[in-house]
Amino acid sequence: MSRRVRRLVPLLGLVPFFGYLTIFLLIPTVAVVVGAFVENDRASLSNIKALGDDVVLRTLWHSVVLSAESAVIGAVLGALLAYAVVTGNPDGLLRRSVTSACGVLAQFGGVTLAFAFIATLGFSGVVTEAGRDLFGIDLFGSGWLFGLKGLTLVYTYFQIPLMVIVFLPSLDGMRVQWREAAESLGASTWQFWRYIAGPLLLPAFLGSMLLLFANAFAAYATAAALVSQGSPILPLLIRNALTSEIVLGQSHLAFALALDMIVVVVIVMTLYALLLRRTSRWLT
Amino acid sequence: MSVNRTRARRRLQAFRITVFTVLGLFFLVPLASMAAYSIRVPGGGRTLDYWKQLGQDPDLRSAIITSLELAFLTVVLMLVLLVPTMIWVRLRVRSMSRVVEFLCLLPLTIPAIVLVVGLKGVYAWVAYFFGDTSLTLTFAYVVLVLPYAYRAIDAGLASIDVVTLSEAARSLGAGWFTVIARIIVPNIGAALLSAAFISVALVLGEFTLASLLNYTNLQVVINLLGKSDSQTSVAASLASLVFAFVILILLSFVGRRRTARRATIDIAPAPQPSTKEG
Repeated sequence: MSRRVRRLVPLLGLVPFFGYLTIFLLIPTVAVVVGAFVENDRASLSNIKALGDDVVLRTLWHSVVLSAESAVIGAVLGALLAYAVVTGNPDGLLRRSVTSACGVLAQFGGVTLAFAFIATLGFSGVVTEAGRDLFGIDLFGSGWLFGLKGLTLVYTYFQIPLMVIVFLPSLDGMRVQWREAAESLGASTWQFWRYIAGPLLLPAFLGSMLLLFANAFAAYATAAALVSQGSPILPLLIRNALTSEIVLGQSHLAFALALDMIVVVVIVMTLYALLLRRTSRWLT
Repeated sequence: MSVNRTRARRRLQAFRITVFTVLGLFFLVPLASMAAYSIRVPGGGRTLDYWKQLGQDPDLRSAIITSLELAFLTVVLMLVLLVPTMIWVRLRVRSMSRVVEFLCLLPLTIPAIVLVVGLKGVYAWVAYFFGDTSLTLTFAYVVLVLPYAYRAIDAGLASIDVVTLSEAARSLGAGWFTVIARIIVPNIGAALLSAAFISVALVLGEFTLASLLNYTNLQVVINLLGKSDSQTSVAASLASLVFAFVILILLSFVGRRRTARRATIDIAPAPQPSTKEG
């Protein structure tokens, strides 16, 4: 008895940490899940049912398309950049500066990023005006920057660097000897990529793409600063539900929408974990 | 064979130059545009008036102060909460290390917008106990920076032999507090510094929680300013961006110095989604 008690005493040192996280991380998360099933202080499925509403479904679809598009574009361009980096001198200045820049740019987002693009391609943006003055073309169009297409472009700005950071280690894991072995057996460059490098890198590539998807799906601040009218994507619909309290007559709709997001993110991250396990077998 | 090699190498070189040029432009043009936009006078000419406005606008000034205070408080609270816990886990309750790690990395997978929805209720109580001030955002920000801070500190602790150091100190009569504060903490200075840097950078760029919990910080004010005075707001964005860049670049130097000593430490900001203010 007393020995068991003594064994438990060191655990007391963790009480502040667990207490803090319970209040500011676990309770909010549980509150979202529980709140989604509550309406007027009573258990109810009305909010969950509201997720089947046309507006909500369309918004979810927009979010998925935006995240997928920006993830694919970011993954492809990021992989090309990572390959361009990896074929250079591994200790060179170029590689170091590109990886540092990517570390910084992958963190770059929010209001600042939105304003950067408004200053570039907004109605009186620098590039827009240059286009007007020099070539007589209207890059602003009908304000595409403030819609889904604009969000795709702006998200690419942090997706590419993120791809470089997560994909570079896999490219580094490729052994030069594999290439030499293939060449000595008479393989062409195409055959090497088709039968060796491609299949080896594919799980890592797809995994990174999933990570980019989750990243775009969760992003809020950039869209909030860029899109002031309407709620084309899920995070903005949550903002709407939070600030106007009653949308479609449901005060707890924000909780249900948040639960919707959690479900998508959990699915994506589970797939990511599965792919990661596959990748680590070869490329570590 | 060797002709093929040369041709392949030349093709690779052309590919690399193309990629670096095109993507380099994609990343530099918006930044350059911001700079040009913030000093442009409508109709022609240049001015620094919008930059001077930054120091004069009272709302902006108080928001800058609030954000700096938030950054400071977040760093302090994060260190106080995390450092003793992580050291304690390594020394006395190893069995809990996976649980602590899981909890620390959990915020990466919960989008900030989701956290806000759940935090609304908690913040009703926070406002009740601490008053309705923006500085209470500190509590939520500690959660946001947790994964990054955890990674940095974990790497620092991995690079020293915590158990041996503490046993040596204990056998010489040091108490647990002395072990933590005077033996281990001084040995992981660089790690603590990088944890602090990344936290500051994240807090200064934070918008989601502040705006949706109805508090004011730098980004909230910049966003508001964008509606009335777009050029000053762009100048403010650029200033806050440059500040964050400088902090993150300093971070990469701290990281490199440490990596030089131990080749295996990974200090690059964690490649994970959703803590960033996307």
